[in-house]
Formats: sequence, structure tokens, C-alpha cells
Amino acid sequence: MRNFFKRQGKFQPRNGDDRNDQIIPEDLWVKCPKCSELIYSKELDRSARVCPKCGHHFRLRARHRIRLLVDPGSFEEWDTGLRPEDPLAFVDGQGPYPDKVERTQLKTGEVEALITGVCRVEGRPLVLVVADFDFLGASMGSVWGEKLARAVERAGEHGWPVMTVNASGGARMHEGLFSLMQMAKTVSAFHRLGERRLPHFSLLVDPCYGGVTASYATVADIVMAEPGALIGFAGQRVIEQITRQKLPDGFQTAEFLLEHGMIDFIIERQQLRQQVRTLIDLYMRDGENEPAPVVATAASIDVDA
Amino acid sequence: MTTDVDEMTSDAPPAPTAWDRVKLARATDRPTTQDYVAALFTDFVELHGDRLFGDDRALIGGVARFRGSTVMVIGHQGGTNTKENISRNFGMPRPEGYRKAQRLMRHAEKFGLPIVTLIDTSGADPGISSEERGQGTAIAESLMTMFGCRVPIVCTVIAEGGSGGALAIGIGDRLLMLENAIYAVASPEACATILWRDVEKAPEAAETMRVTAADCYRFGIVDDIVPEPQPAHEAPQEVIAATGDFIEQALRDIQSAFDPETEDGVAAMLDARYGKFRAIGAWRDASLDALDSATPES
Repeated sequence: MRNFFKRQGKFQPRNGDDRNDQIIPEDLWVKCPKCSELIYSKELDRSARVCPKCGHHFRLRARHRIRLLVDPGSFEEWDTGLRPEDPLAFVDGQGPYPDKVERTQLKTGEVEALITGVCRVEGRPLVLVVADFDFLGASMGSVWGEKLARAVERAGEHGWPVMTVNASGGARMHEGLFSLMQMAKTVSAFHRLGERRLPHFSLLVDPCYGGVTASYATVADIVMAEPGALIGFAGQRVIEQITRQKLPDGFQTAEFLLEHGMIDFIIERQQLRQQVRTLIDLYMRDGENEPAPVVATAASIDVDA
Repeated sequence: MTTDVDEMTSDAPPAPTAWDRVKLARATDRPTTQDYVAALFTDFVELHGDRLFGDDRALIGGVARFRGSTVMVIGHQGGTNTKENISRNFGMPRPEGYRKAQRLMRHAEKFGLPIVTLIDTSGADPGISSEERGQGTAIAESLMTMFGCRVPIVCTVIAEGGSGGALAIGIGDRLLMLENAIYAVASPEACATILWRDVEKAPEAAETMRVTAADCYRFGIVDDIVPEPQPAHEAPQEVIAATGDFIEQALRDIQSAFDPETEDGVAAMLDARYGKFRAIGAWRDASLDALDSATPES
């Protein structure tokens, strides 16, 4: 087996979590970090980037997630013009914040870490909000808060349900207190949506930490998580350094959160679309796609008689 | 009672650096929530426990009389010595602390009591058991509770406002900050470790994170600054009394702006609370830039 690797001079199986969507020749094969299976890249993409052998859920870019969930061609993206400012004139060891943003934009092909818009799932309208971990670790800054608030407000105006797909490495440190305040801004938007009795479905995906976990993502009406996703408030390294304790097995995994009563259920990626469709139908009872319930029909006959 | 920041700082050469403010905010003798409660409130009845798991001594609260009215006061509480610091977890609340705070806020709502919060924490507890009990969810629920709470809320950062652990009792109709208090998304040490990979860079981090009261006021996040002619730990009674005056004035301002005794008044107050946080952000709309540049110059 080792000789086989040697013969293939360029053959470099990489941890699939590190790669982008684009396929380059060296990336034809991906090694599953969980079961070590070598998977043909195209096959992995066909299986929604879930390991065909062990079911490990690889990370997904935001646009890939949107493609998997929505009716083809139905996603209408909102507020693509919003860009971060530099209110702190922030400079760190890697230079000024605006330069960092620009480099990240070139590298990722995204202008910010959050994508918002409206789509259809099997014909049903849904406001969709998806985080992209590749963009500065999906750190929540002012653009994130503004895009999310606008999306949720529009959902309220039109009477649409909202689904958020949440990954985050924490706060956008470069935006200082503005970043922290986005926790308040996003929660308040959902508070208003709740007053209109419109549901918020939240899917937590790997990894989801910090201010996103401590704000709108965990106070949704339905909180779901992908199998194996790491979810928490404080990061594992921070906890280890501060407590000097060994972390329990499976600490902060989706399964751990389920056991501790923190999420409603775990959903496999291939089942998500069907599950979301079911949820929309359960909550959007007056929706355009909902056949009239039997009880209501009987009641209206009674009234007529 | 608007304080002009420039006026306040222009006479005091040389102006303290951000790191000086961090050190003042963390001064060991700086007054704590208990000191404010003792000096400004009478008949304080501390209420314990979240009714779910335990009582968090890092976040305390209770009913009391403040300048003639019954209010609910809630604040972070660290210790003044090692033993007390351990029992109060160095002022870092666990989920049961936030859930106790939510219980007290609902209690205040039931009886129409204004809520006064005092913020002084380095952050929420980052421990294993806190994660097990849903630290993130507990903070999020606190934010949600405060946005819906139908009584006036005045929040004051009295020392260190650290991250989500501070924000969790920081949603209100007015946000006040003491002159030498700091409010930050992460501690300067954490920021230095993450972005410089060097904790020794904390003073630089404090500067570039813009954590001072003057910065927060300039950003429109803080409504008013309580001046400290002398740092609070050097003149505690004066600074505490001044803080009390600012809180009283803020409560009066809310009462007169919204008339929270009426349904319409409450609705207007909650709208304004929403609007206050809805407006916070620093972003631009590039699609509007494009429109501007596409417009032919005349």
C-alpha cells in the first residue's frame, strides 16, 4: 500500500474539512477524518459530502448547503451589497482589518460570512440564512447582524418562516463591541418574529461557538444539529487551559447536547430537506400549499347547515 | 443629564490610556454590586436560585427600594478575597446565574417593577459543567427575556463589561457606563492571544479594541457616562452616589418618554428598545455606492 502512494508522486490525500468546493487534481481523493476511508471527491460531493462508509458529515460551504436544500433556481439572495466597515481602525499582527477582509473576499469568493435570501423548498417559501465558515471563521460582525435583521424583518412582513444554518468561530474581534452587540440585534429580530407567530428553525453545524451559540441560534423554536457537529459557548482549548481538566469524551458534540437536553434533535444531511418541508407544513397552517384540514372542512359544513 | 465627553477629558492631562482604564476598572478596591446595593438601595431582599438547578453567587439580585420606588436590582458579584472569589466564581456566572436573572426579570414584570442591572464581570464561566447545562442557551434566553420584558430597564457598566456574560444582563432602555469602566467583546488578554498570539500584547489590544466609556459613547452604544472625578476605588461614596443620580434620572426619562403604566406606553418602550439595538452596526451598502457612481455628474 505504501508503494502505491509513493508511485503517485502528486497524490496527497487531504483532510476533507480543509478543502473548498472547487476540485483541483491533487484533491481527487479525500480522506475521511473519522474512518480514514479514501473517498473519490466527486463521489463525496454526490453524497452531500457525507462519508459513504461511516456517515461523517464533512463541512460544507454556505452555497453548497443552499444548493442542497432549496428548489433549483429558487434562491433569491438579499442585501449582497452590504460590506463591513472599520469603525475601530483595527490593526493587528496581520495588518489592518480592511486588508484582511479584502484578502478573505478574494480567497473565498464571498463578500461576507452570512448569506441571506428567500427560497422555496418543494414549493414552500422559506427565508434562508446560512453562515460560511470559510469567511473569517464565520465570525459575527455588523454585516451579519444587519443582513440577518433585514431578512427576519422581511420574513415578518411577508409571513414567511425562517431557517438559519449556523456555524461560527465566535465574535468578529476586529469590530469590537459592535460585534458583541450583534447578539442583541439578532435576538431582538427573532423576538419580533416570534410575536407574529412565525417559526424560526435553527440548524447548528460544525463548528458553532461563541456569540452565535449564545444568541439567536439556540433560542429558535426548533433547534437541530448535524451529527457530530461541535457546538458550544466557550472553545475547547479555552476550557482546557482555564479549568486544567480533561474534557469528557464526546464533549460539545451534537450527541452530547441532545443528551443534555439542549437541542430538539439531530438531523442527517440527506434527510434535512424532507424534514424542513415537514416543519414548514406543520407550522404554516394557513400556507398556500396546505390542503384544507379535515376538521376545518367539517366545521364549515356545520356552519353552512 | 448628558455628559460631554470632550469636556470631561480635556482638563485632565495626560489622558489615561485604554490600558490604564482596564487597570482602573479591575482595581481590587473598586466598588462592587454589593457596595452599590448597600449605598443606594434600602430594604434589599436578596432572592436566590433559578428553581432549576442551583443558586449562582456570581450573579445576585433581589427586590429593594430605590429613591422611593420598589425595583428589582440584578448584578454580577465577584469576591473581595480569595475565599469569596472562589465561592462567587470570580464573578463569572454559570447558566443557573442567567436563569436566576431571567426569573427575577419575570418576577419584576409581574409586579411592574423597574429593573436596574449592574454589570461587572470578566465574562461567563467557561467551564465543563457550564457547557453541559447550556451556557450559550442560557445567555441567549436572557437576551430574549430582556427584549420582551414589559418594565423599564436601566443597565450600568460599573467596572468590567466582559463579552456575552455582561451583555446577558445588558439589554435595556438606557445603557450607562462609568468613566473608568470598560466594555469589550473579549478581554484584551484573550484578544491579544487570538490575534497577536501573544498575551503580552494586551495593552495594545485594549487600545485597538476601543473598550473605554468614551469609545462606547462615541459609537452610540452607551447613552451616558457617569464621571469619575476621582477613580471609583479612591472615592467610592461620591462615585456610587453619582451613579445613583444617573440611574434615577434614566428611570425618570423612560417613565416620562413612554408612560410604561399604559399598554401603549409599554409597546412604545419595547419598540424603542428594539430600535436602539437594531441601529447598532458599522457597515456600508456597496450597491448604493454603485448607484452613486453610476449617476452622471452634472
